[in-house]
Amino acid sequence: MRDQPRPAPLLEVRGLAMHFPITEGIVVSRRVGEVKAVDGIDFSIARGETLGLVGESGCGKTTTGRCILRLEKPTQGQILYDGQDIARLAPRELVGLRRRMQVIFQDPYSSLNPRMKVGDIIAEPIRVHGLEPDPRRRRDKVRDLLSVCGLDPKFVDRYPHEMSGGQRQRVGIARALAMDPEFIVCDEAVSALDVSIQAQVVNLLEDLRERFHLTYLFIAHDLSVVRHLCQRVAVMYLGRIVEMAESDELFDHPLHPYTQALLSAVPVPDPRVEARRQFRPAKGEVPSPINPPSGCVFHPRCPMAVDNCKKARPELREMRPGHWVACSEVH
Amino acid sequence: MPPLLEVRELRTEFRTGAGIVRAVDGISYTVEAGETVAIVGESGSGKSVEALSILRLIPDPPGRIIGGEVLFAGRDLRKLSEEDMRKIRGRDIGMVFQEPMTSLNPVLTIGRQITETLEQHQGADRATADKRAVELLEMVGIADPRRRLRQYPHQLSGGMRQRVMVAVALACNPKLIIADEPTTALDVTIQAQILELMKSLTERMGVAQIIITHNLGVVARYAARVNVMYAGRIVEAGSAEAIYHEPRHPYTVALLKSVPRLDQPRRARLDPVEGSPPDLTKLDGGCAFRPRCRFAVEACGRSMPALETVGSGHLAACFRSAEVAAARDSARESAA
Repeated sequence: MRDQPRPAPLLEVRGLAMHFPITEGIVVSRRVGEVKAVDGIDFSIARGETLGLVGESGCGKTTTGRCILRLEKPTQGQILYDGQDIARLAPRELVGLRRRMQVIFQDPYSSLNPRMKVGDIIAEPIRVHGLEPDPRRRRDKVRDLLSVCGLDPKFVDRYPHEMSGGQRQRVGIARALAMDPEFIVCDEAVSALDVSIQAQVVNLLEDLRERFHLTYLFIAHDLSVVRHLCQRVAVMYLGRIVEMAESDELFDHPLHPYTQALLSAVPVPDPRVEARRQFRPAKGEVPSPINPPSGCVFHPRCPMAVDNCKKARPELREMRPGHWVACSEVH
Repeated sequence: MPPLLEVRELRTEFRTGAGIVRAVDGISYTVEAGETVAIVGESGSGKSVEALSILRLIPDPPGRIIGGEVLFAGRDLRKLSEEDMRKIRGRDIGMVFQEPMTSLNPVLTIGRQITETLEQHQGADRATADKRAVELLEMVGIADPRRRLRQYPHQLSGGMRQRVMVAVALACNPKLIIADEPTTALDVTIQAQILELMKSLTERMGVAQIIITHNLGVVARYAARVNVMYAGRIVEAGSAEAIYHEPRHPYTVALLKSVPRLDQPRRARLDPVEGSPPDLTKLDGGCAFRPRCRFAVEACGRSMPALETVGSGHLAACFRSAEVAAARDSARESAA
């Protein structure tokens, strides 16, 4: 791939596909079609790296994260985690893995049990996995985790509803850290937060990555946050990766027409810049993943499409060092 | 000529279990005919309550508009009867809300939601209303409008539902549209389509807009004038150019710095506004931003700073606005 040797990646995804069946009939259910949520994607994440996975609703970014966490059993492909293919493992073979991989969800309201105190929420995974059988030492660890995440250790006795959205998200992060994981999937982890609080949590995630040598898959639709938090970024559209590159390279020199449309749609908080910007919104809407367009899935909306785009599915090609694009019209 | 809308010292409060929340605490601003004004703020700043107060759509109890005037085309909306107010809503003032799935009626066809407005406000007969509904859907860029008119909201995508909301809002040729987070629930490419649509239609029809949003990018792209809200008050107001390039309130400065920008190179650390948003039941007589403010001095705790002119058409509610400007200028010098 590159001249300089790279260390073996912590995670490597090869040809991953997740097709959900659509069934009809209540008594005898028949399969009448499938949703191709993820349709053959490849990428890898190095140890200590943050890879951003971006795209609009329904592009398959969340399903990709769920497959890697093995909350779904993928239809096809390999998920090599630290060299081992976990795509086909049975649930009980996954127990050890669950400790090494954690997840932070978007909505801190619905991902924290409202009837549990914050201390119990964070202690539960430690207890379940038997990492710290002694209740007193477990409580100390919970207090440590809270203060690592920028919360007063006194919060152990609070309930989630007594906290602000930013504080709740810190609890979600503390719970993910409770297992001393090495890999965390952040699924829209800062999307529900106000800008002033969002920046605090982005900084916390970056501090924790350095301090605990974490590796992140950062799934988000907010491209501005992704540019600043992620070293590399992959752009998804209708179940496929259309472009992947180092963060600044991707945002300064987007090559795929979809990436270009996506970036130009994001308004920049500066009226002088906005007054100068060329801006053409992408026409139409994202087609259904039940019956995706033939060939390149973006061709019905693409300003550059030629006849061949309807026929041949473009594969990712390396157009510049480390910059991969799935478009036959980019040269 | 008086402005199209003049809000004077508007106050709305909610009685809650935890105490009285002054959600809107003495707000004044104007909207001229045909212009786009933004109200920007974070959750709990009172920006949506303020918009609902203009339209008198505050649920009572627990909410109550307790003071101020809302002068629309010379009339005080607060003094109108409920029946007269109903004639204003949807006819003179159109509304576009965040979530089109909850603001469209799920058991009425798209066509009926549009024709109902036309029949109610313009006394149109069924045939005229149907014809006009087709025109309106074409105007907002919905293909095959005749088929869409017979469909129900759940059969449309989120972007298309929001286009229908825009069609309903514009159906009676209003003078003003109040758009409360009109694109927050939508994907970014659809958001751009809807905002461009609203911009071109309001310009063509000469309709004024109030855009309420937390998105500073949307404000920069679409608004000529901006009101920044914090804890129920406008803390800074001015042209978009002044707010973004010469901010004089520490909250505006901090907010702009905390937003990651797509057009700037990667920096792993952002500059957050430290601290937490204020608890609105526990506000004292001082400036509500004081606990998070790096310019705060003792005077900030003694009384609430009023909005004062700091430049042409530029207002800021801060005792230290001169120091804020000086700090910005010296930061610029050292950067240059």
